[in-house]
Amino acid sequence: MRLEPVTAPTLARTLGYPALAIALTVILASGLSLLAGANPFATLGLIIKGAVGSKFALLETLNRATPLIFTGLAIAVAFKAKLWNIGAEAQLYAGAVVTVLLGTGAVGLPQPFFWVVMAGGAMLAGALVLLGPVLLKTRLGVDEVVTTLLMNFIVLLFVSYLLEGPMKDPMGMGWPKSAALLREARLPRIVPGLRLHWGFGLALVSAGVVWLIQTKTTLGYEIRAVGLNKEAARFAGISVSRVLVLTALLSGGLAALAGFSEVAGLKGNLTLDLSPGFGYTGIIVAMLALLHPLGVVVSALFVAGIFVGADSMSRAAGVPSYIADILLASALLLMVLAILLTRFRVVRG
Amino acid sequence: MELFDILMTASFWAAAVRIASPLIFATMGEIICERAGVLNLGIEGIMVIGAFTGWMAVYSGTGLWGGVAVAMAAGMLFGLLHSVLTVPFGLSQHVVGLGITLLATSSASFAYRLLLPEVTSPPRIVPFQPYEVPMLSEIPLIGPALFAQTPMTYLAFATVAVVALVLYRTPLGLAVRAAGENPSAVASQGLSVTGLRMGAVIVGSGLMAVGGAFLTMSAFSSFFFEMVNGRGWICIALVVFGAWKPGKALLGALLFAAFDALQVRLQQTPLGAQVPYQVFLMIPYVLSILALVLMSRRAEVPAALMVPFNKGER
Amino acid sequence: MTAIKTEAQDVLRLTNISKSFGATKANSDINFALKKGEVIALLGENGAGKTTLMNILFGHYTPDTGTVEAFGQMLPPGKPGAALAAGIGMVHQHFTLADNLTVEENILLGTEPLWKLGLGRAAARARIVQLSQDFGLAVHLAAKVGLLSVGERQRVEILKALYRDARVLILDEPTAVLTPQETDALFVTLRKAVALGLSVIFISHKLHEVMAIASRVLVLRHGRLVGEVAVADTDKHALAEMMVGAEVAPPEIAAAQIGAPILSLRAVSVVSQGTKGGLQDIDLQLKSGQITGLAGVSGNGQAALADLLSGLIVPDQGEVEIDGRAIAQWSPRIALSNGIARIPEDRHKTGAIADFTLTENVILESFKSAQFSRRGWMNKAEADRFARHVIDTYDVRCPGPATPIRLLSGGNMQKLILGRALEPGPKVILANQPVRGLDIGAVTYVQSRLIAARDAGAAVLLISEDLDEIMGLSDVIHVISEGRLSPGFARGSKSATELGIWMAGHGFAEDAA
Repeated sequence: MRLEPVTAPTLARTLGYPALAIALTVILASGLSLLAGANPFATLGLIIKGAVGSKFALLETLNRATPLIFTGLAIAVAFKAKLWNIGAEAQLYAGAVVTVLLGTGAVGLPQPFFWVVMAGGAMLAGALVLLGPVLLKTRLGVDEVVTTLLMNFIVLLFVSYLLEGPMKDPMGMGWPKSAALLREARLPRIVPGLRLHWGFGLALVSAGVVWLIQTKTTLGYEIRAVGLNKEAARFAGISVSRVLVLTALLSGGLAALAGFSEVAGLKGNLTLDLSPGFGYTGIIVAMLALLHPLGVVVSALFVAGIFVGADSMSRAAGVPSYIADILLASALLLMVLAILLTRFRVVRG
Repeated sequence: MELFDILMTASFWAAAVRIASPLIFATMGEIICERAGVLNLGIEGIMVIGAFTGWMAVYSGTGLWGGVAVAMAAGMLFGLLHSVLTVPFGLSQHVVGLGITLLATSSASFAYRLLLPEVTSPPRIVPFQPYEVPMLSEIPLIGPALFAQTPMTYLAFATVAVVALVLYRTPLGLAVRAAGENPSAVASQGLSVTGLRMGAVIVGSGLMAVGGAFLTMSAFSSFFFEMVNGRGWICIALVVFGAWKPGKALLGALLFAAFDALQVRLQQTPLGAQVPYQVFLMIPYVLSILALVLMSRRAEVPAALMVPFNKGER
Repeated sequence: MTAIKTEAQDVLRLTNISKSFGATKANSDINFALKKGEVIALLGENGAGKTTLMNILFGHYTPDTGTVEAFGQMLPPGKPGAALAAGIGMVHQHFTLADNLTVEENILLGTEPLWKLGLGRAAARARIVQLSQDFGLAVHLAAKVGLLSVGERQRVEILKALYRDARVLILDEPTAVLTPQETDALFVTLRKAVALGLSVIFISHKLHEVMAIASRVLVLRHGRLVGEVAVADTDKHALAEMMVGAEVAPPEIAAAQIGAPILSLRAVSVVSQGTKGGLQDIDLQLKSGQITGLAGVSGNGQAALADLLSGLIVPDQGEVEIDGRAIAQWSPRIALSNGIARIPEDRHKTGAIADFTLTENVILESFKSAQFSRRGWMNKAEADRFARHVIDTYDVRCPGPATPIRLLSGGNMQKLILGRALEPGPKVILANQPVRGLDIGAVTYVQSRLIAARDAGAAVLLISEDLDEIMGLSDVIHVISEGRLSPGFARGSKSATELGIWMAGHGFAEDAA
C-alpha cells in the first residue's frame, strides 16, 4: 500500500474518519464492558450519567478538567513547535511545590497580589524544570523525549524527599504531606456554595491567551514555523533555539499552573498523589484537540468526563475504572490515524 | 573503605547482573527497532504488559517458560499495533509510542482488576530459581555473578549474542541495518522496507515484553502496577549510550545496573543513612540523562530513524 | 569497440504503458524495445515521465495499462524485484546506498535469502574484484560508503547491478554528479559493458552526452514518446527541438554595466561538514550589475559557499565584507538586513514551509519588519496585501494567498520565493540552482527576472551544476573544485571543455606555483 495526498478533502472525508474513530472507541468500550460481564449500554449510560448527570457530577467533571486544560495547553504549545515535552508531570509538581512554599506563609501579601505572586512563582518553577532538557536539546542535541520523561521520576522523588523532610507538615500525624495553605492563599469559589474554584476560570483565560499568542503574535508565527519546518525557519532568519526556549518557558509555565490550581484551588496542601498522571493525560487532551488551544478546553472536558464518569460507573457496574484509560489511549491512536486519513488516501501498488 | 568492601562482595555483582537482565532484553528489543528506523516509545508499556501477562499466565497454571512465551506474544501484539501505525501509515513515532505505552499500561491494570477482583494483596507465583552452573559458579566473585543466576538471565545474555550475530552476520541483519539508514537501498533491491521495519518492531517489542516478564517471573514473584517504573525510558537512554550496538549496550546495562546495586548498598552504610533515600533512588534516572549528554557528541544515529518511508514518494 | 552483433534480439520490450496520478498523465501509451548490446538514450525534460516509466519497469508502480517483457518473459506488474531477478539493474540518480554499511555489504545487500546464517563474504569478494577489473570500476571493498566520493558511490552502484548478473543497465542522469573527465571514465565502462553483450538505457537531458554514447535516442515529452531516431540521423539541434517541443532561445542578455564590488570574501576558509565539502582560502568579489556564475560538480564546496552567504555558517577563517566593511556578526537575519537575497537550493526543504499559506511563506523573512508586525502583533491584512502583490507581480498561478504552498507546482512555488527575495530590492542575490526541476516556461521566467535584477544594479551569484546555464547567464565564471575557487573568467573567454578541466580540479596547482 501507498499513501497519496488528497489535495481537496471533501467534508465527508474530513468528518467521516474522526467520526469512525469515535465509533470504534465506543465499540471497544462495549467490548470491554462485555468482558467485565456488564451490559454495554448500561456501562455507557452510567459513564455519561456519572460525568454530566447531576450538578455534583458536572462540577466534579469541571474540577477534573481544570488541571487537564493546563497540562493539555502545555503539551499543545510544545508539540506545535515539535518540542516533545513529556515532562508536564514534573512541571506540575514543581509548580505545586512553589505554590506551597509561598502560600504557607513565606510571604504575606495583600490580595490579589498574593495569587499573582504564587502563580508567577509556580510558572517560573515549571519553566525552569523544562529549561534544562531544552537547553540540552538546543546546545548538545540531546533528545528531549527521554530527558523530560526521566525528569518526571527525578522531580517526583525530590517532592517525596521534601514531603518527608523540610516541607513535612509537623501536624500531619506522620503522613508525607505539606502544611496547609493560608486561608487567604486559597483560590475562592467562582459561585459561593458551588464546588468550583477560580482555577477553572484561570484555565479558560489561559486557553484564550495561548490562542492569541499562537494566532496573532510573531512568537506564535515563529513557533508554528519552527514546528513545521525547522530548516526553512532557520534559513529565513528565525533563531530556532530562541523559539524553542521561549516555547519551553511557556509550556513549562502552563503545566506548573496545573499544580498551582490544584493546590490553591482544590487540595489546599501538597501530597505525593496530587496528580494521578495529569501530565501524561495532557498528551491525550492536546492530541485530541489537534493542538488547538481552544480545542484543548473541549477535549479536557471530554477526557475529564470520561474519567469522572468511569469512576462512578465502576462503583455501580463493577467494570474496572481503568476502562477510561484504555478508551482514551485508543481514542488517541485512532484519532491520529483518522486525521492522517482525512489528508491521505490509501492506494494499492 | 566501605565502597571497596561492597565491590568485593559476590552478592553485589550478582545483584548487578540480576538488575541488568530486564534492561538487557528491553534494550536489545529497542536496538532492533531503532536499527530498522523506528523509535519505539511503547517500550515502557510493553514491559508492563509483559510483566503482567507472563505472571498471569503462570498464576493461571501455565509453566514458567509458557509464561515467557505468553509475555512475548503479548508484546508482539502491541508491537504489531505500533508498527502498523508507524510504518505503513507513517504516523508520528513519538505520539504512537506514547499512546501504546498508555494503552498497554492501562490494559494491564484493567485486566488485573478484572481477573483478580477480590485480592487485596498481590498473589504470588513460584518464580524461576537460580541455576548454579557446576564448577563455574564456584569461581570467586564472577561465579555467583554470572553462573548462579536464573535461566532468564542466561537467556538475556544469549539474546545479546543472537541479536549481534543476526545484525552483523546475516543477510537479514544487513537488510535491517540498511532499512534504518537508507530505506531506498533496501527497496531498490526488491526487499520490503515495510516488512522489515514491521518485523523489527514486532520482534523488538516481544523482547521488551520478556524484559518486563523478568520482573514478575524472575526478580519478584508478584505483579505491581508501578513495577516497571521508568525502566523502559532508561533502556532508550541505554541504546544511545551503547551507540546502537548490542555489545556496547550490554556493557552499558551492566554498568548501569552496577550503579543501581551500589546505591542500594550505600544506603545501608552509616554515611548513606544520613543522605535521604530519595537521592539514591534518583541515581538511575540522573545517570541515564548523564549518559545521553555524554554520548550526544558522538552521534552514530541510524540516519533514517523516525523517518517514515513511503515508496510512492515522488 | 566493435561487438559481434550476430543477431539483434530484444532484451526488453515495453508495450502500451500508461500511468496517471490523479488528473496528470505521467505516461501515456509508451512502446519501445531494447536490443542486446546497444545503448539507447531516454531523453526528456524534468517531469517528462522518465522516472515514472522506470518505476513501472521496476515494479514500484503498477501501470494503468501495458506490459513489460524482459528476455521474452512477461514481468508481473507491481512486483519490485521481478525486474531485478530478470537481470535488469538500475543506477538511480539519488544513490540507493546505506552509508553505515561497507561497499561489500552494500553490494551483498538483498542478494541472498534473508533467512540464512552467514554472509558468504569470501566467495562474494572474489567475484566483486573480478567484476571491478573487467569493467574498470575501482573500489575499496572494506570502506564505509558514507566516506566515499560521489564518483566512487556511482561505481558501487554499477557494481551492485553487475553483481546481480544484470544484462540490462539503466542509468538515471548518471553524469549530473560527475566531472567531464569522470563522465568519460563512465563511458569507457559502459562501452566495455556493451562489448560484453550488455544493453544500456541512458537517461539524460544532456544532448552532447546522448550523442556521444547512444546509438538510438527515444524522446519523452509530457508523458508521451514523441520521437525515436538513430543518433547517426540526427543532431543536437533537432533533439533539443523534439525534447521541448519548439526551439528555445537562450534568454536575451545585454552587456553588463559592472559597478563597484558589494560583497567580498577575503581568504575565507570553512571546514567541511559531513558530505557538504568545505572552502579553502577563497577570494570572491560580487559586483553590482554583474552575474557571477559558479560552475562545478556538486559536493565541491558550493553548499558551504551558499550556506556562508546565506548566513547559516560563519567562516572559520577570513572575512566577509559588505560595501567594504568587514562583518563582525553573521547570521541569516544579518545577511537579510544587509540586503542579501537568497534563493535556496532546495525550495521544498529550505525555501518554503509546505503547510504554511502563501501569505505566511511570503513574509517568512520579513515578518518582524514594521510593515508586517508591531510590538510582536502580526498585521495579517498587510501581509495578505503583500502576498497578493507578489502573486500578481511574479505571475504565481494559485487559488489565492490563503492556499497552503504545498499545493503549488514547483515553478509557482519558486516564483513566490523569487518574489519574496526580490521585492525588498536586494543589493546581492544568491541564486542556488534556481531553475532545477522547473519546466521550460518557469526556467525562462526565473532567468529573465535574475537578468532584470542584475540590470537594475544587483550583484548576482548563480550557482549551478548545469554548465550550459552558467555559460549562458554569467558575466564572469568561477569554477569551484574541492573547496578551491578558480580565477574569474569573463563571458566567452573559456570553452566548456576548458571549464571542465578546472571542474576536475586541474589548473589550481599551477596557480599556486
